[in-house]
Amino acid sequence: MRPIRTVIDWLEHRTGIETAVKNFLYEDIPASAGWHQIIGSMAVFFFVIQVVTGALLAFNYAPTPGEAYNSVKYIMTELTGGPLIRGLHHWGASMMLIIVVLHMIQVFIYGAYKKPREATWMVGVTLLLITLAFGLTGYLLPWDNRAYWGTVVTTQIASQAPIAGPYMLRLLGSDGSVGNVTFSRFYALHTVLLPPLTIILIGIHIYLVRKHGVAAAPDDTAPKRKFFPEQVFKDTVGVAIAFVVLFIMAVVAKVPLERLADPTDTAYIPRPEWYFLFLFQTLKFFKGPLETVGSVVLPGVAVLTLFLIPFIDRGPMIRIGKRTFAITLVLLAAIAWTGLTTAAVVTTPKNQESAEDTETPANETPEATAPAPAPEAATAAPSASPESKPPDAVSAVAPAQLAAWQRLTPQELAGAGLFKRQGCMGCHPGPGQKGIGPDLTKLPAEHRNVAWLVPHFKNPSQMVPGSVMPPVDLPDANLNELALLVLTLTPRNEQALLSAPDFATQGAMVYQKNHCDACHQIKAVGSTLGPALDGVGLRHNRAWLEKHFADPAGVTQGSIMPPYKFNPEDLDAICKYLLQLPKGA
Amino acid sequence: MDQPNRGHSTAVDVSPTRRKFYIGFINGAMGLIGVALAIPAAIYLLFPPKPRKGQDWVKTADLSKIPAGTPTEISFERTRVDGWKVTNVKATAWVVKGPYNEVVAFTPQCTHLGCAYHWDTPSRTFICPCHNSVFSIDGKVLSGPAPRPLDRYMTKIEGGRLDIGPPEPHA
Repeated sequence: MRPIRTVIDWLEHRTGIETAVKNFLYEDIPASAGWHQIIGSMAVFFFVIQVVTGALLAFNYAPTPGEAYNSVKYIMTELTGGPLIRGLHHWGASMMLIIVVLHMIQVFIYGAYKKPREATWMVGVTLLLITLAFGLTGYLLPWDNRAYWGTVVTTQIASQAPIAGPYMLRLLGSDGSVGNVTFSRFYALHTVLLPPLTIILIGIHIYLVRKHGVAAAPDDTAPKRKFFPEQVFKDTVGVAIAFVVLFIMAVVAKVPLERLADPTDTAYIPRPEWYFLFLFQTLKFFKGPLETVGSVVLPGVAVLTLFLIPFIDRGPMIRIGKRTFAITLVLLAAIAWTGLTTAAVVTTPKNQESAEDTETPANETPEATAPAPAPEAATAAPSASPESKPPDAVSAVAPAQLAAWQRLTPQELAGAGLFKRQGCMGCHPGPGQKGIGPDLTKLPAEHRNVAWLVPHFKNPSQMVPGSVMPPVDLPDANLNELALLVLTLTPRNEQALLSAPDFATQGAMVYQKNHCDACHQIKAVGSTLGPALDGVGLRHNRAWLEKHFADPAGVTQGSIMPPYKFNPEDLDAICKYLLQLPKGA
Repeated sequence: MDQPNRGHSTAVDVSPTRRKFYIGFINGAMGLIGVALAIPAAIYLLFPPKPRKGQDWVKTADLSKIPAGTPTEISFERTRVDGWKVTNVKATAWVVKGPYNEVVAFTPQCTHLGCAYHWDTPSRTFICPCHNSVFSIDGKVLSGPAPRPLDRYMTKIEGGRLDIGPPEPHA
């Protein structure tokens, strides 16, 4: 103990730190202080948790769109403890907001904002707004679909602000879409600007609390007590319970990471983080020109009112039992919030896509493959279901009536499937739409070849310095298919090709995966060892194909084709695809 | 903390036993929280990422084109798992073929501080220009500060073609 004492004495003599700490800890607090005043300390604790876990995440996070998603996925799937750290940060954010709001409610109910504590209250409201800003900016950073679409809505709401709208939008780096600039600004706000601002404001807030002393109950005349150790003990109990809850949440509840942000996803229903859902729901009550009222005016008035509460309610402190109006107000607000949030949860349909945390790309949803011919195919074979196709269904189709996908080779079509599955549309959304990546139909001539494209897929930034495109982690054969697809794209066919029906793209992928082209030809691509498969639907039906796959020699005398045992999904896809193949020219 | 009340003499303090309990709880709880954060943080930062399937073996050169007895520098592309990215990087190796087609492939960095060394034909040694480490044709340190022989890639020969794998772990 001696040496420690010596060090402390040395430090105390040089810096006065021991006295400072003692002055802080042995502050007098009213006898009426107690459990209800532990929430402020808990809020500070949660801020510290966010700083620590945020810094840890930043150690393995790449702050650019595309790369951001890959690095978060890396944290979630490849780093030991990564999901836990992200869980602490994610759930810690929600819990911090709850704690901050509870702290405010406590101060409000007790009327602790009254003279001379108005400034303390206003700094507190600012801290609440900053906490919300943390949530809003952090929401974008994983750059998944949820993040992207949530932020699109946020920036659009900001743009509705009267007069300031366009400037707000400019400030958020958005011209109606969300891309590189918005991402960087949100990242800078979240990690560079807001944290030190929060630290400074917490410092001012605590300074003001100390300056005016903890607010005592109006009838409290008992002798004062010390902050340490009794109140600190109570604070610590609160902190410890909250931490245990947070830790359990982080271990048990999986933090979602959906698929890569996809600006072309027309089915995605954006929604904000749960604590913004009430605003999301409020918006629905205001239609047309009144929308601004719900999106900007009401929240603006609410925030302003919150700031001005100490000037609205100016009477002397009274006992909490007599503050029925304040308590009623809080209860009404809580009921309204709960109602709006519940309504938002109930009325917003769930997104089809579930979180995709695994390595394997999400397969097409089962129902996507079930409906037989897609619209284009249906026009090609009006009366036919692929199962019982009359032999002349395809032959009647003139070349001009072929669906765009029917003009593609299996390789190109498999490429279209990969294009969808890999989320390429996220950055290359297609004709007429602005994406992060270049328009694939307008690639410079020197890039329009497989020899350039494949290495580029593998390592984008090596071929195009500064490219934000994430590497495409696929075997060479697949990269080849992807490149072949890109080469077929023209402004006229792009839309149709990229929206090729799932059975076709999946069927082609099964075809490619099983190297059917080693013996068969489609569109003059492949070997002629076996029969060409163009227009095979004219010769055979679904039942025949299935039987033939299972036992080729049994169905066709002398066939040297090996039997193929596909899983039901693959079998369905390849049969539908083959049966829809048009007759060769 | 002998005289906590200095300057605030009006306040009452808790009884010594309670005080001891409070302080013990505060220190214990805060300590546990610290540990509960520090251990996951250390694991997160110090544990290596889960290995990803990279392509470990690279087909490089036709063995018949490598002269026997003379180290030859060959270059090839290998995939490198770089955090969340898989990139293709150019790699080189110094390949030494013996009279019976046995092959050794050295990694191209000096074992001292990682400079690129080269084959010096007159002296028939590998020389590192940075700090004058000299290695024999079989990679042994002849002089200079290098702490261990040249590191090697794993190699295998398939159908007259040299395949290069990941570097061998060194002692």
